[in-house]
Amino acid sequence: MDFKHTEERTMLADSLRRTLTRGADWAALADLGVLGALFTEEEGGFGGNGFDIAVVFEELGRAGATAPVIEAGLAGGLLADCGQSERVEAVISGALKPALAYAEPGLRYDTGPITTSMDGGTISGRKSFVTNAEGCDLLLVTALEDAKPCLFAVDPADPGVTLHTTPALMGGSISEITFDRAKAEKLGSAETLDARIAAATLAVCAEALGAMETAKAMTLDYLRTRTQFGRPIGSFQALQHRMADVAIEIEMARSAVINLAGHLHDHGPTRDRHVSAAKNLVGRTAHLVAEEAIQMHGGIAMTEEYALAPIARRLIAVDHRFGDEDWHLARFMRLSA
Amino acid sequence: MDLNYTAEDTAFREEVRDFLRDQLPAEIAGHVGDGESLTKAEYDLWHGRLNEKGWLAGAWPKAFGGQEWSAVQKHIFEEECALAHAPRIVPFGVAMLAPVLQAFGSKEQQDYYLPRILSGEDWWCQGYSEPGAGSDLASLKTRAVRDGDHYIVNGQKTWTTLGQFANMIFCLVRTDPDAKAQQGISFLLIDMDTPGIEVRPIILIDGVHEVNEVWFTDVKVPVENLVGEENKGWTYAKYLLTHERTGIAGVGFANAGLQALKRMAHSELQNGRPLIEDPLFAARLARIEIDLMAMATTNLRVVAAADGGKAPGAESSMLKVKGSILRQQINDLARRAIGPWAQPFVAEGLDDTNLYHPGPEYAARTTNTYLNNRKISIYGGSNEVQRGIITKAILGL
Repeated sequence: MDFKHTEERTMLADSLRRTLTRGADWAALADLGVLGALFTEEEGGFGGNGFDIAVVFEELGRAGATAPVIEAGLAGGLLADCGQSERVEAVISGALKPALAYAEPGLRYDTGPITTSMDGGTISGRKSFVTNAEGCDLLLVTALEDAKPCLFAVDPADPGVTLHTTPALMGGSISEITFDRAKAEKLGSAETLDARIAAATLAVCAEALGAMETAKAMTLDYLRTRTQFGRPIGSFQALQHRMADVAIEIEMARSAVINLAGHLHDHGPTRDRHVSAAKNLVGRTAHLVAEEAIQMHGGIAMTEEYALAPIARRLIAVDHRFGDEDWHLARFMRLSA
Repeated sequence: MDLNYTAEDTAFREEVRDFLRDQLPAEIAGHVGDGESLTKAEYDLWHGRLNEKGWLAGAWPKAFGGQEWSAVQKHIFEEECALAHAPRIVPFGVAMLAPVLQAFGSKEQQDYYLPRILSGEDWWCQGYSEPGAGSDLASLKTRAVRDGDHYIVNGQKTWTTLGQFANMIFCLVRTDPDAKAQQGISFLLIDMDTPGIEVRPIILIDGVHEVNEVWFTDVKVPVENLVGEENKGWTYAKYLLTHERTGIAGVGFANAGLQALKRMAHSELQNGRPLIEDPLFAARLARIEIDLMAMATTNLRVVAAADGGKAPGAESSMLKVKGSILRQQINDLARRAIGPWAQPFVAEGLDDTNLYHPGPEYAARTTNTYLNNRKISIYGGSNEVQRGIITKAILGL
């Protein structure tokens, strides 16, 4: 039993933290090895382990970075599963930004049954909640071929692709996409989608953990410096005890992330039971931390100008991505029976 | 990062399991599992078997006859004991007084008392809390006045757990009434047979005689029973409080409680189906299980850090708060699980001893245990006191 990260991971986390405070663009993240850390050596990267993912995304979350790294890991991972080694190499080098379109209207958090289908080399249908599709270089799309979900590559500039894009609660963008006989290249089956979503869920959880740490640090800072009734508000026990509870719950969330990272490569049902345990707990904790941070700050945290706003929104968004607290609780119950 | 136990730790776990299988009497395990009070003889028997194996004081340094268990080994031992429904080791001598004597006691005190703790000759209880000194322990008033070769002790201690079995009590007493609260306190060892000591039972909300009041009227205590220096008792008391904390989260008890709860929920019927299939109940249960998975890892993180030479310190306050809440939630859900069987209330300290609970065996003491474990967020520094420690020591507010 060992709860210390390896020296390599600690070094990556440290340099990522330093780079992110200066503001890092996509090329800088690629140079730093952030993208390579999401892939195994076999896939052309140098990581791919649950703890590699946890370390990278905790730092991205801490910094409030909105770069589409989750998409690179998720869509890039599926590319790797389909043997697309050249494209994976391009993803790792930062030359190719992919996005994944799998969800559909009415499915909420489920991955199927989908209706988008392939016919004669083209795809038709509608995909929902596609994160960071705006500005991506390649769309990966799940669609039915002979009633079986498969994975296709689509050029986002294809005339058959229409994006309706809005800013996303978590930062970045989110799109509803209509495919009308868009030219599609078949990559392979979509059977590894669940495993890749499991890894992406870990990424969201770790990112949430980093964001929670930032919200905590900002709130503590505010409690020390804001004075009311002639004293720092952090001297009031009502706030101290709320803050102590927030700190405890964040440690629980950290443990949940560790548990999931350690079980990410277990076989399907065991893995997914851990995914659901972690996502349920992190989802609960993330909005608790957001709400408490806002409450303890008071009015200032209601303003867009104050830096907590995007972090609080991101923490709320956590529960809406890859299954919320209830969806995961229900799955945990099924997998525990 | 590695969530797996080492081969040595796994082998140790096997050894603990084998030992429990061979040495833990089924009758005693049954009593523990059912949440019943144990007799002194039952405790003595179990302590004796552990001592023969060298495991009564596994955490002690080898120099004092211990095994110098790592924090992880201690954790494994406590976890397996809880799952097997072994009696908890009564901590007052082995886990509380002994580390203080080992660190601050005289050679004579160590040589005399430590072997008697192991042999069971001495049963220690703790004289800390007073009616006016609970969370604010340093406001304690029990006085010890030096008179030649003795201290004369007057005052009252309370919440003295299992004091009815004890022949010895370690006490915090005020030796300098003029010093600031923490500075005039001394740590005294007192023989319970000394004239002027009276032990009165306190029956708790679940009807159990678990704690006592201890009254001191002109009790003569030889000065050689002072531990360390006069007026330095608070330092030793704090040492005691921070020393033995790997078990503070109660993860072993929580695991055992959750298993028992699941068994109950398989037996109890709701609409003709096992309660465990009821979606509302199952959701409550699942949420607790998810929390417990995270709690177990949080506990191990703190334990592992302590093995790295760092004292768990204020992190153990986090374990105390969350661990106690989780255990209470499990007890609460167990009470819901037995449904209407929670209504017959048979309490040994309150009733005719011939009464018995008419429901299923697992229901007999479920409500009592629920009531009894309301204590765990109060004792050892209430959860509010722990939050105060977290605020200052971890958050720096």
